[in-house]
Amino acid sequence: MTARMIDKVWTGIFYAVAAAVIGLLVFFFAVVLSKGAGFWQPEFLFGRPSNTQAGGGIGPQLINSFYLLGVALFLSVPLSLGAGVYLAEYAKQGRIVGMIRLCLEAMASLPSIVVGLFGLLAFVTLTGWGYTLLGGALAVTIINLPGLTRICETAILDVPASIREGSLALGATRWQTLVKAVLPAAIPQMVTGVILAAGRIFGEAAVFIYTAGLTTPMLRWDADWSSSAHPLNVFRPAETLTVHIWKLNSEGIVPDAKLIAAKSAAVLMVAVLLFNLAARLTSSLLARHFSGSRRARRGPMKRNKAA
Amino acid sequence: MQPTYAKRRHRRLEEWMGRTFAGICGWLIVLITVTMIVFLAAKGIQSFTDSGLSLSDMLLSAHWDPNGTPPKYGALIFIVGSMLVSLGALLVSAPLALALAIFMNFIAPKWLVSLLKPVLELLVGIPSVVYGWLGVTLLVPLVREWFGGSGFSLLAGIIVLGMMILPTITSIAADALANVPKAYMEASYGLGSTRWQAISRVIVPAAKTGIATGVVLGLARAFGEALAVQMVIGNTMRLPSGLDSPTATLTSILTMDMANTINGTPWNNALWTLAFLLLLISFFFIAVIRLVGQRKER
Repeated sequence: MTARMIDKVWTGIFYAVAAAVIGLLVFFFAVVLSKGAGFWQPEFLFGRPSNTQAGGGIGPQLINSFYLLGVALFLSVPLSLGAGVYLAEYAKQGRIVGMIRLCLEAMASLPSIVVGLFGLLAFVTLTGWGYTLLGGALAVTIINLPGLTRICETAILDVPASIREGSLALGATRWQTLVKAVLPAAIPQMVTGVILAAGRIFGEAAVFIYTAGLTTPMLRWDADWSSSAHPLNVFRPAETLTVHIWKLNSEGIVPDAKLIAAKSAAVLMVAVLLFNLAARLTSSLLARHFSGSRRARRGPMKRNKAA
Repeated sequence: MQPTYAKRRHRRLEEWMGRTFAGICGWLIVLITVTMIVFLAAKGIQSFTDSGLSLSDMLLSAHWDPNGTPPKYGALIFIVGSMLVSLGALLVSAPLALALAIFMNFIAPKWLVSLLKPVLELLVGIPSVVYGWLGVTLLVPLVREWFGGSGFSLLAGIIVLGMMILPTITSIAADALANVPKAYMEASYGLGSTRWQAISRVIVPAAKTGIATGVVLGLARAFGEALAVQMVIGNTMRLPSGLDSPTATLTSILTMDMANTINGTPWNNALWTLAFLLLLISFFFIAVIRLVGQRKER
């Protein structure tokens, strides 16, 4: 075979691999959405689960997933923004930054089940809270801190030096420059990162089994705030949608456990799709808003290619 | 115009508070990491300090029978299971990922690249339980049909994990390939090579450290993945006899048994030791990645 033929064959192989991967994703979506058809029905999305009969819904699990996501973002965004600012603006290069980076790397490498077990020690046993939504949120915050910190740091570092210099030259302090000039310019990139991180938190499961627990109390909106039946009480067990699928699969006793798992998987897939779309949309919209021109859209993309 | 004294003082306070908050956040990361290591280590050594188990028994024996008399805590099954399933996933995934990375960088037309990027992002975004669910619904029946048995098997675990780590390896390998200077490609074209010759003999070797980093990260991710593996691997307490045989992994045993055991019992302590072992293994992967990176700098 000539070199040219070999080249043609390999080109064909590469195309086949790419087509297979795209096909696989389409196939996954097709399977999940077809097996979980009917997931959009309100009585499923908002209905109460049933332990014995078919036809139960995933209402509490969906509330738990979203509420836990909200609490986790509320905890992790300020923390990682602060850490990102510290790494990008204040920390002196050298041993300290090296150590923080090493810790971030170590944290990022930990399997989520291990972080979940740490959560069991720290937020469930040590605090005496038992399985709580807050415990789950704290544990998932640990998982997301490294990624979010990195996102914030790069977004700040990517702000053109001219913006910073301009602000400093006008007599602004370092902090004023950061808050009023640098951060606004960095926001589009950060928001995209935060939305993608939100998608990951939403899909996370292993970390919640031993922190947020496998059960949900009967939720009632008219319950007392301090009661574990109140949906917004963070000190209550909260089985998320992902954990629900896992539980149905391993110990589901409801007759339609399989169908509920399939429909829940479909809900998760749609959520993943929406999070990804939202990240794409907001990044382009915000970039346009903050720069006032369409050309800026190309800025960050170009950088991505170079990196 | 000079700002008033009060205004200046306010600004200085603001500056100080901002800097302090940022500093606290930075140091909190170190604190959390150290706390996690200390907590898990303290719990992990109780098997040996409190329950009197021996380290060599635990690591070298494949006899796990916590309910037996006397109870046995040989964790070799889980260690071997984790290794086989993640190395298998790597064998499935790494060649595909490398091919995809090469395709995206050098072969695909622009529109196909802009289609493949979101495809990979979505593949990363699919939650692990959904991968597990897909494994249970599609793969396990297929394995049952081909090989007989229950279908819950090492093979099912390998394929599910292979899917899961594909985007991780692809994106890191693609970055590594993109960093190879354009001149390399042009020079080999100039010497009359075909595209495949240039890619296979010049570009890929030039990017090999970056690709290796991606592969190690993929391996680490596979090693630590819990639920998807637990759902398809069968969770039997014995070493696998073949690809079609069920087994258990470090993560799957932790997922299943930690809640069933009572705090402080030898069984429970043994599980915490396994959790600490997982932590040590993931740090080992980090060390390997750092070493690979350092070689590149030299």
